[in-house]
This record gives sequence, structure tokens and C-alpha cells, in this order.
Amino acid sequence: MNTSSTDALSIDGVRKAYGKVQALDGVSFNIRRGEFFGLLGPNGAGKSTLISIIAGLVRVDEGRIGVLGHDTVRDWRSARRLIGVVPQELVFDPFFKVVDMLRIQAGYYGCGRESWPWIDEMLVKLDLENKRNASMRTLSGGMKRRVLIAQALVHRPPVVILDEPTAGVDVELRRTLWSFMSELHAKGTTVVLTTHYLEEAQDLCERIAIIDKGKVRVIETTAQLLDRHPFRFLRIKLANEGLLPESLRPLVSGEKNGSIELRLDREKHPISGVFTALRAAGLDLEDVHTREPDLEDIFIELTHDKSRPAVAGGAR
Amino acid sequence: MNQEKKPTLLPPETDLARFSDRVGFVTLTVKEIKRFWNVLGQTVTAPVVTALLYLLVFAQAMQGRAQVYPGVSYTEFLVPGLVMMTVIQNAFANSSSSLTQSKIMGNLVFLLMAPLGAWEWFAAYVVAALVRAALVASVMLLVALLFVPLPVHAPLALLAMFLLSGASLAVLGLIAGIVASKFDHLAAFTNFIITPLSFLSGVFYSVHALPPFWYTASHFNPFFYMIDGFRYGFFGQADVPIGLSLLWAAGFLALLSTICLWMLMTGYKLRR
Repeated sequence: MNTSSTDALSIDGVRKAYGKVQALDGVSFNIRRGEFFGLLGPNGAGKSTLISIIAGLVRVDEGRIGVLGHDTVRDWRSARRLIGVVPQELVFDPFFKVVDMLRIQAGYYGCGRESWPWIDEMLVKLDLENKRNASMRTLSGGMKRRVLIAQALVHRPPVVILDEPTAGVDVELRRTLWSFMSELHAKGTTVVLTTHYLEEAQDLCERIAIIDKGKVRVIETTAQLLDRHPFRFLRIKLANEGLLPESLRPLVSGEKNGSIELRLDREKHPISGVFTALRAAGLDLEDVHTREPDLEDIFIELTHDKSRPAVAGGAR
Repeated sequence: MNQEKKPTLLPPETDLARFSDRVGFVTLTVKEIKRFWNVLGQTVTAPVVTALLYLLVFAQAMQGRAQVYPGVSYTEFLVPGLVMMTVIQNAFANSSSSLTQSKIMGNLVFLLMAPLGAWEWFAAYVVAALVRAALVASVMLLVALLFVPLPVHAPLALLAMFLLSGASLAVLGLIAGIVASKFDHLAAFTNFIITPLSFLSGVFYSVHALPPFWYTASHFNPFFYMIDGFRYGFFGQADVPIGLSLLWAAGFLALLSTICLWMLMTGYKLRR
């Protein structure tokens, strides 16, 4: 595979099966150093399995993964110290206080007292300062999530993997988290994000891979991904009652609050054609609104279109 | 050839990530000690009280009835056996409950993702279990000494038997923790293996007083050698030679350590 010396992660032909279920089926792609990378896919697509393999929690059946050139199996010590993973589940050790937990985690990575100022800084940045001596078991879900994020960053890894870090958390934490991650990213940290909030991925990620059923469906820059969509959306509200012309009915993609949304192929369905058809049917418009496709439209199209072939052998 | 400057592997601030086996091992050891230290009432006081109750009840009921060693009263005979039984049970409980709890709570991922190898895990859990066992044994001996004077015939044998036995059970606890996927499994391990073997190991009697079948059967119980060898350290007399007890304890430790290290190195039941 084309592994560049700047690749933060190189994933090559990774396969993993749980019994008869093929969780990952030959996944290959590279994540460049310093990228903010989105790994998207529906539930059960294989995202968390891939992250677990990278983190060393799951053994790979076939293929290999490198973290900044260090193989996660043969050179696992080096590979593991280069990554920090925020797990999806809210796991914690009930025996310890927040600050103790972070210092312990730093110690696992060979960091002693020299890491304490960084821990103090993270406590401030993640709004955990007033909880530093609180027992882990007394924290709310959002606070536990903040501690998990701090734990993943405690050894200052150059590659950070966030597995649905904002699932079920409030707006405040999302803002805090993305501000902090953007700051780290600006300093050169590679960030890999999985999320079900596609607007987050669209706003933050430079490149995105969409995987489904254990295969990479697409991997492109976010801009390319948005441009590749051949449709645009037109929302109309009719001023008078009447049936939508026959020619427009197949284009309806949704109805909400009396408005109808049409999905128009940029080449086949010019907006002027819609207006002409409406006028011919004697229908007047009360309101018109156009919308460009967002990541969610593309995501739905890619993960619901069964006829579309997956990117074989991996995309770059 | 690409002429661009090859990036350094890590930005300067990631110097903190420099790996140190020693720091990782010490951190895990201290964390495991703090874990039981945070609940001392449950992990130290309770087993000491239980063992002292055994001492009180059996000493009262059996004094003058049971045949033990010449010149050794039954109460004196009982104390080392009870101390070793407590060491066995607590060393096992420390590593097994810690690992099982981490698995069930899910926080084991922090350890599994860390750059800590099988040997660091192994050593840290064993050392922490030995610290707890030593604490329980010391408190129990101190309290018992208020009522029962005990000689110390061979301190090195005492220390060796403590270390070999405590380490063996700590390793067995690690194995149980790795195998168990719920507390029920761990309870089965404790109730059907550890407790029967420790009660049938000559804590409360000399095996010479047993019928032939049970006398022979006792010699296949590794806990018997642990208790017998420990008792030798106090009195200079035992049911079997101290060399044999040391050999059994060391062999048991070597066997269990091999199995445990294999499990840790391969990720058996830890990494899917």
C-alpha cells in the first residue's frame, strides 16, 4: 500500500469476523499526519471494531495497522503510546478521584510528575477544575465524558481517536470539546472522529471515510464529498390547494408543515422546469427555498443505496 | 525523492509520552494497592476479624483434644495455619476481584490500551496482592501474639513460604479474573476451589491425625504444603520436610505463572 512517512495511521487490508459476522472486510486507507479525519457509518458498520483494533482491544484476523509507522502488533508499545482513544462507553474506575485517575493514566504511559501541570491545564480547559477531587462515581454523565477525554490526552498523544465523544452530551460540553480539540489540532495533533452528528463531521473534518457493512464506501475530502452529490433540494409551499403535477411527484423527498421538498438532479431537473410545471397545473407559490445537500444527504445515499459497489480494496 | 523535511516522529511536547516500563509498573502497583487501601474495612479488617473468630472458637473447642506436635499447644499450632489461610484467601481475592471488577465495569480498557506488557501486569497485581496479604497477616499475628506466644524457628523459611504462597494465590486470582466474565464465575472459583482446598489443608489439624485416604489425599493439595511449610518456620517441626514444602510451593507458583503469563501475552479472554 502507499504508506507515506507522514501518515498518522495506515490501515491495510484489515479483516475481522465475529463468528459468521464479517465486521471488517478488507478495510484499507491512510490518515495523514495532522488531519482532522471523520470516520462515519451507520450502527454496526464496523467503525468501533476498527478503532478497537487500532487501540489494541481487538485482535485482527488479517491485515495490519501502523501508527506513525509503528505496527500495532509487532511494535505495539510504541504504537500504543502514540495514540489516545476516547472510548464510546462511559467507563470509569469508581475507587478513585478525578485527578488521581488522570495521574494513574499518565503513569501507565510512563509519565510521572512532569505530566501534572498538563493534567491541571486539561482540568481547566475541560471545565473539570471544581471536580478534581470528586470521586468518579459521583460525577454526572457529561462530567465522566470529560474525564474520559482528558484520560485519552493525558500522555499528549500525537494521534487522538474520539469514538462518538458527543453522544448524549449537552451543547456546552460539545463546544468545550471542539474548542479544545481544534486547539490541539492546530498544534499538529491528528484527530480521528466518529460521530452520528454529521454536522459536526461536516464542520470539523478535512477528510471523511464512510464505511458500511465492514467496507469503505467512500473516502474523500469533505468538500469533494459534498460536491459529488448530483442533487439539490427545492422546498415549495403552495398558495392554493391542488394536486402536484404528475411529473413532479417522483421528485418529492419529504413533506413538512405544509411544505413539499423536491430532490432535483442538477442536470435533469432545472428549477425553471418545476416552476413551469406548477404554473401549467394552475398552482401558485407562497414560498420557495433551495437547499444544497449536506453530509447527511450524502451519508444516507451512500449507506442506503444497496446497488452501489463498495470501494474495493480501499480508497485513498 | 521527496525533498521535504522529514517530520519528526513526535512534536516536542510529546516528550512526556516516552515510555518507561518502571513507571508503568509502579503506577499499576500503587493503583492496585490504593484500590484495596480505600476499602480497608472490607479488605483487611474483615478477614482479620474472621480469622480471629476461628482462632477463638477452635482454640476453645479443641484445646487439649487434638493431637499436634510435641511441646506445641493446639492454640499455638492453630495460629500459623490461620495466618496462612488468610494469606491464601486474601491474595487470591485481591487480584481476582480487582480484575473481574475492572472487566465488568469496563474500565479495564484503560489498561488494555496502555503500553503495558504481560510482565508488568503480572508483577503489579502480584506485588499488590502480596502487600495486602502481608498487611492482613501482620495485623493478625500482632493480635494473636497478645494471647498466644509464638516462637520463630526459621524466619527465612517463614518469609519464603509467605512469598511463594501469596504469589501463587495472587497469580491464581489473576487467572480466575481473566477467565471469569461475571462475579458468579468468581464466586464459583472461590467457593468450590479456594475455600475447600484451604479448609482441607491442615489448618485446623495435623494430617497425621487423618484416616489413610485423607492423609494421602492431603499430599496432593498444594495449600497443605504452604501451611505446613509456614508452620515449620515457627516451630521447626511439620508434617513433611520443609524442603518438600518449598518445592511444592515453588512448583505451584511456576506452573500458575506460566499459564497466567501465556494468558496475558496472548490476550486470552481479554482482547477479543
